[in-house]
Amino acid sequence: MRFSRALATAAAATLLLTACGSGGGESGDGATVTLNVSLFGNFGYQELYKQYESAHPNIKIKEHTAAYNDHHRDLATHLATGSGAGDIEGVDMGFIAQMREVGQQFTDLGTDRQSEYLPWKWQASLTKDGKQIGYGTDVGGLAICYRRDLFQQAGLPADRDAVSAAWAGGWDKYLELGKQYTAKAPKGTAFFDGGGALYNAVIGQAPEGFYSSDNTIVVATNPEVRKAWDLVVQAIQSNLSAKLIESSPEWNNGFAKGQFATIACPAWMMAKIKDQAKSFAGKWDVAAVPGGGGNWGGSYLTVPKQGKHVAEAKELAAWLTAPEQQARNFTSQGLLPSIPALYDKPEIAGYKDPFFNDAPVGKLFTTAAKELKPQYQGPRTGDIQTTIRDGLVRIEQGKQTSDQSWQQTVSDVERLAK
Amino acid sequence: MAMPHLSARLDTKGSPYLYVLPFFLLFGAFGLFPLIYTGYVSFNDWNLLDAGEHRWVGLANYSELFHDAYFWNALGNTLSIWVLSTVPQLLAALWIAHLLNHRLRARTGLRMGVLLPNITSIVAVTIVFTQMFGRDFGMVNWLIGLTGIGPIDWQASTWSSHLAISTIVMWRWTGYNALIYLASMQAIPHDLYEAAELDGASSFQQFRRITVPMLRPTIIFTTVISTIGGLQIMAEPLLFAGTSTPTGGSDRQFQTIALFMYEQGFREFRFGYASAIAWTLCLIIAVFAIVNFLLTRRIANDEK
Repeated sequence: MRFSRALATAAAATLLLTACGSGGGESGDGATVTLNVSLFGNFGYQELYKQYESAHPNIKIKEHTAAYNDHHRDLATHLATGSGAGDIEGVDMGFIAQMREVGQQFTDLGTDRQSEYLPWKWQASLTKDGKQIGYGTDVGGLAICYRRDLFQQAGLPADRDAVSAAWAGGWDKYLELGKQYTAKAPKGTAFFDGGGALYNAVIGQAPEGFYSSDNTIVVATNPEVRKAWDLVVQAIQSNLSAKLIESSPEWNNGFAKGQFATIACPAWMMAKIKDQAKSFAGKWDVAAVPGGGGNWGGSYLTVPKQGKHVAEAKELAAWLTAPEQQARNFTSQGLLPSIPALYDKPEIAGYKDPFFNDAPVGKLFTTAAKELKPQYQGPRTGDIQTTIRDGLVRIEQGKQTSDQSWQQTVSDVERLAK
Repeated sequence: MAMPHLSARLDTKGSPYLYVLPFFLLFGAFGLFPLIYTGYVSFNDWNLLDAGEHRWVGLANYSELFHDAYFWNALGNTLSIWVLSTVPQLLAALWIAHLLNHRLRARTGLRMGVLLPNITSIVAVTIVFTQMFGRDFGMVNWLIGLTGIGPIDWQASTWSSHLAISTIVMWRWTGYNALIYLASMQAIPHDLYEAAELDGASSFQQFRRITVPMLRPTIIFTTVISTIGGLQIMAEPLLFAGTSTPTGGSDRQFQTIALFMYEQGFREFRFGYASAIAWTLCLIIAVFAIVNFLLTRRIANDEK
């Protein structure tokens, strides 16, 4: 889950966080306790809150939502200044390592749920001295979501097995199909949404990404990083990109206007598509991703120590991330559980989503999640993603050549490491 | 015996200080203290995330700043946006005030109306304008498309992004300045205009020879205030970027100094470096305000 709901909420949420963050009712026996939950995008918790509140009459839950970047920047600031954080704070995979570095600011959630989780999901939020700062919510997994109707209009096979087979050979095949699409593309549509988003998917499949496992940034030296860059640049230069920046209002608009035919699709992206492209229900479909299993995004719930109701918050976070709730969030929102025991349950493995033309998303995503090779994430992963995205946007905007932009990107990443 | 004498002395000598005390207390707490504290922080290597861990480094932050290409880039962008927004804004405000000074129908309504843009939320305004300057479905591109000019990617290049951001600033502040001009226009004695009319001066000559020189103190005031505001622009470029990344576009083409400071302070968490930027910005603004004060004073003198 790493998408913004609406930009307007960004500033509003900042105010709300400051105003309500440390607020809440007086604790003590019988008194009502208000728990503030600060999230980004759509975690799909609204129904669960109601359920929890009716089971715990003394608890009231308030959710605050901000845009992806704003949310994590606010959280870091609240941690730094010692006040203003919510009782529960959502953290994305791209930022969990940054929070892990200041792990002393978070409540240690203990090791009793370790056996439930995917090992790499558990490890990524574990501090050096073995404290667990977050309960995993979902994992990204990876697939490709595509518009059947646009594929048909461009004269391409639209059946999901045929599409999966067409690019099963890797991302080169994906580009080849893209060129065929572009040759006969319906007016006003491009093959994929934007360079930055495609890049995240491609690099998410590499065994090693922006960091080596000893926590050093290897963007300049890891050949996988450059390989993924060259691939995306090739896609941009072949005119396959709609040149939309992920999470921007124009990108949101792009779903509703149908500006692109495919999008790299972690499980949480399905929730995004359902939100933004309501009028295209049944026209979307899901195919396997080229290049093997990968991960992009996925989140955690953390409990900052500065909260006034740490015990209650911990209990709620544990409940929201418990197996039953994760299973429910998959069928209602499409958020892929981070608890592998659920993958073989028939209601998950057999789940088909009518919005995506009854695609067997349960089978697709659980298979991909099982094959997934975990990648080590460091403290600046989220900001490195943004820096690389900006580099690709410079090429999309025609401001720089690939080599110029790459050099600037590498030196910008070096600045981040300072 | 001495009591009434003392209290009377306190009343005349002491009470004025008491009356101004609240301002100085507030200024001390929210103005002076942060200013000095920021100055102290700027001489330190200070990581915001490390719970206030810091080390005295002297002028290192400042010397790094002077060798930082991104600082000079931000300074250039700030000046460009400031000029693009302030000059047309003040000229338009003067013209609008001149119009409002006449007997018009619904005069009070119009006078209130020009202030409306100023009291709307800056976030809302920027979001609306960002949509209007959208690349694919923006209203501005649709309009210029009617004249046959191809769609412009407003965010992509330096000049177009500066123009778009300046438009937002202008829209917000023109009415505010117009009202200030209007207020002091009404203080100009009417006899002057009557005398000029008798001598056969045209409306434009009256405006140039009477109104503008008489407004001199107000013009100086608005220029200085607009300079201070214009050099601190931050929310507009931050929100204009769409994803609220503080780098001001893919190539920092519209990152202002205030935004650069925000990036260093609240993305990089380099509290010391951000404080050095804040102090440098403060000095730059002081220099510009003084230069502007001298310039506008001279221009208005020439008019006489």
